[in-house]
Amino acid sequence: MSMDRRALLKGIAVAGAGAAVSATPTEASEAPQAPPDAVGMLYDATRCIGCRACVTACKTANDLPGNLYDPPNDLSGDTKNIIKKYEVDGHVASYMKQQCMHCLDPACVRACMVGAFKKRDFGIITWNPGRCIGCRYCQVACPYTIPKFQWEKANPKIVKCELCLHMLKVGKQPGCCQACPKAAVIYGTYTDLMADAKERIAKHPERYWPQGSPKIFGEHDGGGTQVLYLASVDFAKLGLPDLGAESAGALAQKVQHGIYKGFVAPVALYAILGAVLWRNRRAAAKTGGE
Amino acid sequence: MAHASGAQPVGGPLLTRPYKWLLAFLGLWLVILFWRFAAGIGAVSGLTDGYPWGLWIAFDVVIGTALGCGGYAIAILAYILNKGKYHPVVRPAILTSALGYSMAAIAIVIDVGRPWFIWRIPLGGWPDLGGYNWNSALLEVALCVMAYVIVLWIELSPAFLERWAETSSGWLQSLTRWGLKVVDKLLIWIVALGLLLPTMHQSSLGTVMLLAGHKLHPLWNTGWLPLLFLISCVGMGYGVVVWESAVSSAAFKRERETAMLTSLAGTIMVVNAIYLVLRLADLVISGKTLMMFTSGIYSVMFWIEIAVFAAPIVMFANRRRREKFGTMFRASILLVLAGALYRFDTYLVAYNPGPNWTYFPNLPELLITLGVIALEIALYIFIVKRFPILAGVPAARSAH
Repeated sequence: MSMDRRALLKGIAVAGAGAAVSATPTEASEAPQAPPDAVGMLYDATRCIGCRACVTACKTANDLPGNLYDPPNDLSGDTKNIIKKYEVDGHVASYMKQQCMHCLDPACVRACMVGAFKKRDFGIITWNPGRCIGCRYCQVACPYTIPKFQWEKANPKIVKCELCLHMLKVGKQPGCCQACPKAAVIYGTYTDLMADAKERIAKHPERYWPQGSPKIFGEHDGGGTQVLYLASVDFAKLGLPDLGAESAGALAQKVQHGIYKGFVAPVALYAILGAVLWRNRRAAAKTGGE
Repeated sequence: MAHASGAQPVGGPLLTRPYKWLLAFLGLWLVILFWRFAAGIGAVSGLTDGYPWGLWIAFDVVIGTALGCGGYAIAILAYILNKGKYHPVVRPAILTSALGYSMAAIAIVIDVGRPWFIWRIPLGGWPDLGGYNWNSALLEVALCVMAYVIVLWIELSPAFLERWAETSSGWLQSLTRWGLKVVDKLLIWIVALGLLLPTMHQSSLGTVMLLAGHKLHPLWNTGWLPLLFLISCVGMGYGVVVWESAVSSAAFKRERETAMLTSLAGTIMVVNAIYLVLRLADLVISGKTLMMFTSGIYSVMFWIEIAVFAAPIVMFANRRRREKFGTMFRASILLVLAGALYRFDTYLVAYNPGPNWTYFPNLPELLITLGVIALEIALYIFIVKRFPILAGVPAARSAH
């Protein structure tokens, strides 16, 4: 009796372990694709002069507190767009613009329990205040640490660039792209921007990093992003992570789906547990309890 | 499944001097909580956009629920492997689980920024149905934990119903007796849920951190996270059961359950050994062998974890030493510490959002966590003194 119970248990354990383990190396997932109506931004750091007009324009466009004379140091609950200066040996090596990258396979969307984060019109990732619980899993998940939380508020919001969707809807461009005097950041459809970036590289390969075969950051990184970057220095020095071509979400999904495919495993486990308990209880009743 | 046999209220006065101190501290806790909800999370914590999860999530929730796995770990032995001799520790284990999970739920309400929308989780996102994100491991955790809190209190309800059936009269007495019958009928299906739900959410707590991607150090970031979290919560569960039995026997002058606890040693050795084999095999298979030694502070943390997981195995290896109460007690602390360290590292120490971020909990943040623990202790003492939870008889007599 106790032997086959043990065997049964072993079976459960092995099945569970098998699901978790076999989930890891399964078939390679296809690279995520941009939605057909995707829009984005192309930021060319070699054109940026660090004037921060875009930072102010972003605040105006999004009705955020702060002004040019007291400029923010980093993204925050008040700031959706920032220009940072990167120095090497005391010289300005490059500027870098930071805002939401609008990933093709966004970790924040995968993380969000209640669908407050979603990839909506034009592939833009927006946050819905009517759903968010404030658990901040999006912040943990975002590979660029972009979503910000209003720590000092009793009714806090998650703040991040939504590509000025409200402006796009009335036929205007995002605030930062309108403001840039050097066209260092431009707005366009994802397809156009990708073509533009490739053309710049083809025309002036010497301007961009790495020498020889310049890289468009966002073409493949973390599954790809709708915001694309070009720069003359290593992106790692500009504060960007080395993500590889696969998104973290793709691995997490393989594991989670491996365990929960069709919800079969939990239901089966419940049935087996119930059956074992029922049998144990009946056996106990026969022998007059314990 | 008449595990009630032998359980009785400890009795004695409730408002002892230490208990009054505990209540006073809980008063201070409520003041800090008021401050948190009035002024925002930033006012009472060291949390930042780089470290959005800190002590409250890593300790109160992730470690707290694993500390609450005593009920799960003992139920596997008592009900599935049918080892009847463990029945005397089932009830205290379920009580600590019910309290541990309820405290984790309270900590979540304190931690989330917009708790007034939490009700959307059990209601499927209502009124905006279809908003659930079934791909979110955290949703799975949230749903399972909510359900499991209810399951645990139902599993524990006979302790309350038995007491009320004795002390009440008239229709109230018939109601509690009827309640006891209903719970007894449903018990196996509730116990089965009590086994299924922790299996699901304790593993998912590991899956949650997979999304952190490059921010989680590769020594911890592996596809086996769910499996490792599941196994380590079982080890922690046994640790808590042994520790609780030891402490409550000293605190309430009950007889020690040494013989029964010693027999747990074999199970504990197996569980921790499986964990260690999987943890190391995973790293070797995924080509991270060198990384175990070359990652600086992360390597140090990693080996401390491994040592603490291995220590109880070494301590139990000698049969004579294992039978000593002191060995069992010390090993139980290490068992709990091992799983707790693994969780703390995965959620905080090995989580690195970038060079410009640091995190250390500040005083109010720490006091909020201590308050959650104080509340748990206060409720535990109240319940075991007034309701039949602990077995007063020696384990040897109640076992068959």
